Amino acid sequence: MEQTAPFPVIEHQRAVFPEGVTLDCGAVLRPLSVAYRTYGTLNAARSNAVLVCHALTGDQYVAERQPLTGRGGWWEALVGPGKPVDTDRFFVICANVLGGCMGSTGPGEEMTDENGVPQGRPWGTDFPSVTICDMVRAQKKLVEKLGVDRLLAVIGGSMSGMQVLEWAATYPEAVFAAAPIAAATHHSAQNIAFHEVGRAAIHSDPDWKGGRYWEDGRIPAQGLSVARMVAHITYLSEAALTRKFGRRLQGASAVTFLEDVFQVESYLRHQGSTFVRRFDANSYLTITRAMDYFDLANEHGSVTAAFANTPTRFFVASFSSDWLFPTSESRALVRALNAAAAPVSFIEIPTDKGHDAFLLDEPEFHRAMGGFLAGAARALGV
Amino acid sequence: MPEAPVQYVAKNMRLDLRLIAEMIPPNVRVLDIGCGDGALMAQLATKGVDARGIEIDMQAATEAVSQGLAVIHGDADNDLAFYPDQAFDYVVLSRTLQAVEKPREVLRQMLRIGRHAIVSFPNFGHWEMRLKLLFGGRMPDTETWSRPWYETPNIHPCTILDFLALAEMEGYVIEHWLAVDEKGLKAPWRRSVRLANLFGEQALFQLRRG
Repeated sequence: MEQTAPFPVIEHQRAVFPEGVTLDCGAVLRPLSVAYRTYGTLNAARSNAVLVCHALTGDQYVAERQPLTGRGGWWEALVGPGKPVDTDRFFVICANVLGGCMGSTGPGEEMTDENGVPQGRPWGTDFPSVTICDMVRAQKKLVEKLGVDRLLAVIGGSMSGMQVLEWAATYPEAVFAAAPIAAATHHSAQNIAFHEVGRAAIHSDPDWKGGRYWEDGRIPAQGLSVARMVAHITYLSEAALTRKFGRRLQGASAVTFLEDVFQVESYLRHQGSTFVRRFDANSYLTITRAMDYFDLANEHGSVTAAFANTPTRFFVASFSSDWLFPTSESRALVRALNAAAAPVSFIEIPTDKGHDAFLLDEPEFHRAMGGFLAGAARALGV
Repeated sequence: MPEAPVQYVAKNMRLDLRLIAEMIPPNVRVLDIGCGDGALMAQLATKGVDARGIEIDMQAATEAVSQGLAVIHGDADNDLAFYPDQAFDYVVLSRTLQAVEKPREVLRQMLRIGRHAIVSFPNFGHWEMRLKLLFGGRMPDTETWSRPWYETPNIHPCTILDFLALAEMEGYVIEHWLAVDEKGLKAPWRRSVRLANLFGEQALFQLRRG
């Protein structure tokens, strides 16, 4: 059975900005809360800060136990003491995105009016639409509050790679090095299409109730779960699914339409049902839309124009079996950066793990990321 | 300036890198096409050069990136077109010209995006090649040209005279040139192009547009 009650409210470390933030859509969110975690120590020169951005369903618990799931940090393979993003050396910051559901201002938080007066109900679908740039604006406020004028690096994969690009385009002087991983300069039509299937699944769940599911303490678990199942397929690859599951049957080989027959079905259902215990459906709708809106060329005239005369150095990496953010998209980004005469490193990591590879154990990728950050640190004398 | 690491001599590869490094003044912008694991770039960085690289071999590119070098996986035939005009002071193509699909177009691109081009290539006009072809009747097989014809990446071999003819046809000015032996030592045939073409195992040219 799907769990249909909302997940428990837990405390997160957050910074509150009473002045709020003005969004691309014109709305003002006041106050603005940004939930975050930090690791390591900011040095006296304030020059060793690395901002790690998180992907669509990630959170600020990048290198420690996630309080809701009890599982390890989502990028522990990369971030930690002695790791490529070395928390003994760098001051690592990770913030929950605007519109998220781990403590930052989002659809599940209490609604406020333009003067910041609480309205006694969650935002729900009245939460204004946010963009990747809005997420970055919120992060910038946090970074400044933490006393950092210039980040040694901003890094992230997938949607967080979009944030990395937005950071470098919007605040070039504040980003010494940028690593957009398994990302692209815009969300493709195919990716928008997959997102729309997920949103349609949520919308069609009777428990969604037009976004007002909080009223009777239920969540659109079925719809959100299906959304996750569809999305999860796009994070993997045909080769990885074949390697993991092949055509193996789950239990008895009875001909049935009702139960899981193949192992891969059972796996996807599991992914769906665990997801609804940690993620808010309205946040999912908000953030997938933010990704869909993302188009750097449209914002700046062209990708090259977005990075004209940039002082930032870049490390772009893609994964060979990633068909959600394929290598061709990263290569197009690299060529646009070359056209802007920006210093850029680019490699494609050979793997069969699909888009998810950026989160997994990929030693070559980790070594390259470590080398890139170490090079940036050397250049800044960190 | 430090000497090139001994290992490159020992491996008998990229011997011309030291000579190229000597041709490049400090504090300029350089694009190294076919940069391998970034040996030349790393050496240039010691004299303040802003060096970028392109490498076709993914493993070598990954190695270079892991050392913090600005290297992209790509190739001369497909990636040069995306750089802006005059973005670099020097564009280097060491021992790669003979392996690209369109050498003439690559040279044009190099001199579009850079003020100077430095090109090195193994000289197919060396006496050993000529003798082997003349008496053996088979494609020459030497230390430099070690791969059989059916799997060599060197699809456009040329001689020093061939290269001079192309440079003249394209209107390039040859600022420096020299022929070197396999150990990377300058050969003393500077006075005669024909002798250099006979005895030089590798050639090194610095060009600019006329």
